[in-house]
Amino acid sequence: MEAAHAHNGHGHGAHGHHYSGLMRWITTTNHKDIGTLYLFFALTMFFVGGLLALMLRAELFEPGLQFWRPEFFNQLTTMHGLIMVFGAIMPAFVGFANWQVPMMIGAPDMAFARMNNWSFWLLPVGAILLVASFFVPGGATAAGWTIYAPLSTQMGPGMDLAIFALHIMGASSIMGSINIITTILNMRAPGMALMKMPLFVWTWLITAYLLIAVMPVLAGAVTMVLTDRHFGTNFFNAAGGGDPVLFQHVFWFFGHPEVYIMILPGFGIVSQIVPTFARKPLFGYSSMVYATASIAILSFIVWAHHMFTVGMPAVAQLFFMYATMLIAVPTGVKVFNWIATMWKGSLTFETPMLFACGFIFVFSMGGFTGLVLAITPVDIQLQDTYYVVAHFHYVLVAGSLFALFGGTYYWLPKWIGRMYDETLGKWHFWLSMIFFNITFFPMHFTGLAGLPRRVPDYNMQFADFNMISTIGAFGFGLAQLIFVYVLVKAIRGAGEKVSDKVWEGADGLEWTLPSPPPYHTFETPPLVK
Amino acid sequence: MISKGLRSFAVAAAWFAAAPALANQYNLQEPQSIIAREIYDLHTLIMWIIVGIFVVVFGAMTYAIVMHRKSAGHKAEQFHENTTVEIVWTIIPFFILIGMAWPATRTIISMKDTSGAEVTIKATGYQWKWGYDYLQEGISFYSNLSTPREQIEGKVPKGENYLIEVDNPVVVPAGKKVRIITTANDVIHSWWVPALGIKQDSIPGFVRDTWFKADKPGIYRGQCAELCGKDHGFMPIVVEVVTPERYASWVSEQKKKMAAAAPDSGEQWTLDELKARGEKIYAGNCVACHQPTGMGVPGAFPALSGSKIVTGPKDGQIKVVLNGVVKDGKPTAMVSFKHLSDVDIAAVITYTRNNWANKTGETVAPADVKAARK
Repeated sequence: MEAAHAHNGHGHGAHGHHYSGLMRWITTTNHKDIGTLYLFFALTMFFVGGLLALMLRAELFEPGLQFWRPEFFNQLTTMHGLIMVFGAIMPAFVGFANWQVPMMIGAPDMAFARMNNWSFWLLPVGAILLVASFFVPGGATAAGWTIYAPLSTQMGPGMDLAIFALHIMGASSIMGSINIITTILNMRAPGMALMKMPLFVWTWLITAYLLIAVMPVLAGAVTMVLTDRHFGTNFFNAAGGGDPVLFQHVFWFFGHPEVYIMILPGFGIVSQIVPTFARKPLFGYSSMVYATASIAILSFIVWAHHMFTVGMPAVAQLFFMYATMLIAVPTGVKVFNWIATMWKGSLTFETPMLFACGFIFVFSMGGFTGLVLAITPVDIQLQDTYYVVAHFHYVLVAGSLFALFGGTYYWLPKWIGRMYDETLGKWHFWLSMIFFNITFFPMHFTGLAGLPRRVPDYNMQFADFNMISTIGAFGFGLAQLIFVYVLVKAIRGAGEKVSDKVWEGADGLEWTLPSPPPYHTFETPPLVK
Repeated sequence: MISKGLRSFAVAAAWFAAAPALANQYNLQEPQSIIAREIYDLHTLIMWIIVGIFVVVFGAMTYAIVMHRKSAGHKAEQFHENTTVEIVWTIIPFFILIGMAWPATRTIISMKDTSGAEVTIKATGYQWKWGYDYLQEGISFYSNLSTPREQIEGKVPKGENYLIEVDNPVVVPAGKKVRIITTANDVIHSWWVPALGIKQDSIPGFVRDTWFKADKPGIYRGQCAELCGKDHGFMPIVVEVVTPERYASWVSEQKKKMAAAAPDSGEQWTLDELKARGEKIYAGNCVACHQPTGMGVPGAFPALSGSKIVTGPKDGQIKVVLNGVVKDGKPTAMVSFKHLSDVDIAAVITYTRNNWANKTGETVAPADVKAARK
C-alpha cells in the first residue's frame, strides 16, 4: 500500500537499493507488500469466480435452457468452485497471515522472505492456467470442483490445465505454510509464550499444519488422474483393476481438512474482532485453542461423510457419522465462547463487529445444517442436492468470506493509516447479509424437495425458489462493488488519519505500532509481559 | 372497498388451499416407504433440536446485543474464564448428540439389510440414460428422458413432469421388498428416488445394492444425483409402483415383447426400413453426444457427418459400434453398443451412412452385424 511505501525511508538504508513501480512488487520480500499482493489477487479472483456464479445463476433464473449449453454450464459450476476455493478464499487468508502474523508476534518480517515472494508469484501462474482453460478445445474442466474420476479422465485438455494449476497452487500453499509455521515458532518476541499468542496466530499455526498435511494428498490425487489420462495407469479404472471410489477417498482426505483450512483462520479473525468491540477479553482463551486443535484433528477422520452414498459397510457409515457429529462439540464451544465474550461487555457495532456478529449468526446456521447432514440416513436423502449447496455456502460465504470482510475493515485503518468510510461499510454489510440469505436460504427448500445440484435445468416446482436465488445472487454481486469502492476511497487517502490503537478496545502488539506500520515491522523486538 | 377485501380474502383462501401442495416444496417429499418415513422423521426430530439450540444460543446473543451495548450505557465487565461453564457446555452437546445418533443408527442398520428381496433389479447408469435388468424375470430395457427437446428449448410450454418423465418406467409391485443393484457403464451415476428414500451411487466396474418396499401404488420420480457429464440433468428415474396382480401381468407382457424383439430371424430389410428404424435408435442412443445434426460437439464428441469411419468401409464402423473405441488402453466416451440387437445396430449404422452429408447409399444388413460379432 502507498502509505507503507512512504515509510521506505525508515531504516532501509542498510538494505541497499529498492526497486520502484512494478519491479518493486515483483521483487518484494516484504511481508506487508506480499500480504497486499495476496489480498489484491484474492479480490480479483473473487470477482472472476463471482462472475461465473452470476452466469450460472442467470441460466437457473427460470426452467429451460436459455443462455448456455449444459456442457458449458458444468464448466461454470466447476470453475466457480475451483477459483473461489483456490484463488479467492485461501490466498486471502494467506494475505492476512502475511500482514498480521509478524505484527502480532512482534517479528520484523516473515522467516523466509524470498520464499514468501516465490509462494505468491506462483499463484498468478496457476490462476492464468485456470482461466485460460476456458479457451482450449473442449473448454474448461466440467467434472465439478471435486473432479471425480472417471468423469475427470473423460475431460479434454482443460482438465490437464486445471491439474497443473492445482499442483502449482498447492506448492504455493505448502511454501506459505512452512513460512508461517517457521515464523510463528521461531520469531516471537521475548515473553510471547505460545499460550499468549493472539488467537488469529494460533488458528493460522494449526491451519498451516493442516495445509502441509493435506496439500500433498491432493497433489497425489490429481497426479493419479493425470497419469490415468495420459500414461496408461489404471488407478481409477475398474477395467484395469483400479477403483473409481479410491479417488473419492483420497480427494476427501484432502477435502475435509481443506474446509477447515478455509474456516479456522476466519475463527481467528472473529476471535480478534469480538473482544475489541465488546471491550472485554476473549472468554475461554485456552479452550478456544484446544477447540481449534480438536477440530483440526477430527477433520482427518471424517472424510467419508462426503461419500455416504457410495455404498460403504454399515460399520463405516456409523463410524463416520459419529466422528462427524463430534465436530459439533468444539465448534459449539467456539460459538459459546464468542457469545460469552459479548455477554456483559460494552458493545459497539462498527463494520468489523457487524461482520463478526453476522459471521457468528450465519455460520452457525451452516453448522446446524451440517449437523443435519451428519446424520447418515438424512444425508443419503440430501447428498448432492441444493441442501448441500446451501450448507457449504453458509459456512464458506457467510463463514470464511464474512470473516475476511470483517478482518479487512478491522485492520485496514492500521495498514493504511486512514479510516474507511464507515457508512458505506455498514451498507456493504447489510446488503451482503440480506442478499446472501435471499440467495442461499431458498436452496434449503429446493434441496429438501429433491433438486439435485449441478443441473442446468429443473422441473417447474423449483421455479419460484430458483428465481429468488438468482435475484439474490445478483444483489449480492452488486453489493460487493461497494466494498471495492470503500477500499479504493480509503487507500487513496480520503479518510481521517487514525491513531496507533485505531479502536478503543483494541489489544495486541499490532496496535502498538504506528498506523501505517513501518516497512520493517519490529526492528527491535517488543517485550511481552 | 368490499370487492378489494373480497379479493384479498380470495387470494388468501387460494393460498391456504395450495398449502399442502406448497409443503411439498419446503420439505422432504412425502415418504412412500418405511425407510423414507424413518428418514423423514429423523430429519424432523433434528430440525426441532436445532431450532431449540438456535433459540437458546441466539436468544442469548440477541439479549447481549440489545442490553450490553455501549450506547445503552453498559460498562464492560472483565471476566474471561469459568471452568464450570466451559465443562457444562462441552458435556451437554454430547448428550444431545447421543440422542440424535441413537435413532439414526437403527435406521442405518435397516437400510443396509438387503436380504429377502422378492424382486431384484439391476440399474445400470449410462451417459445419459438408465438401463434396467429384472434378474429373475429376464426383462431388460432402457429408460430415456421423454421430455421433448422443444420444451427444453422453450418453443412449447413445459409439461407438469418436465425433465422427470421417461419412456419406460421401472415397474415394481407394492408391498414387496425390491432390491436394486446399481452399476454403471462409463462414469459414476447415482440412482435416487426421494419418495422411496433410496439413493445409491452406481459405479463402473462395481456393484452396490440397496432396497425399498413401496407402501402403495403410485408413480415416484427421481433423478441422477451424481454429476456424470453434460446431460447429468437429463437422465431421470421413474418408478411405477403397481399392485402385485398388475405387476404379474406387466411381467408376462414384457416377456412377450422381449421374445418378439429376439435376434434376427433372417428377415430382409430395405434401405428405407432400416433408415426409419435407425433414426429411432439414433435418437435413443447416439444423439446426446453426436447431436441431431450429426456434427458432434467440437473438442469433445466427433462429428459423424462427413466422418471417415462412417463413410468408409462398413466393417470398420460395425466394429466401432460393437466394441466401442479404446484409446491408450482406456475406454472412451464411445462405449460398446453390443447389447443392442443385430437389427438395431444394422439400422443405426445404415441411418448414419445415409443421412446428413453422408450419401453412401449402402445398406448394412443384420447378417453383417451378426458376422462381425464372432
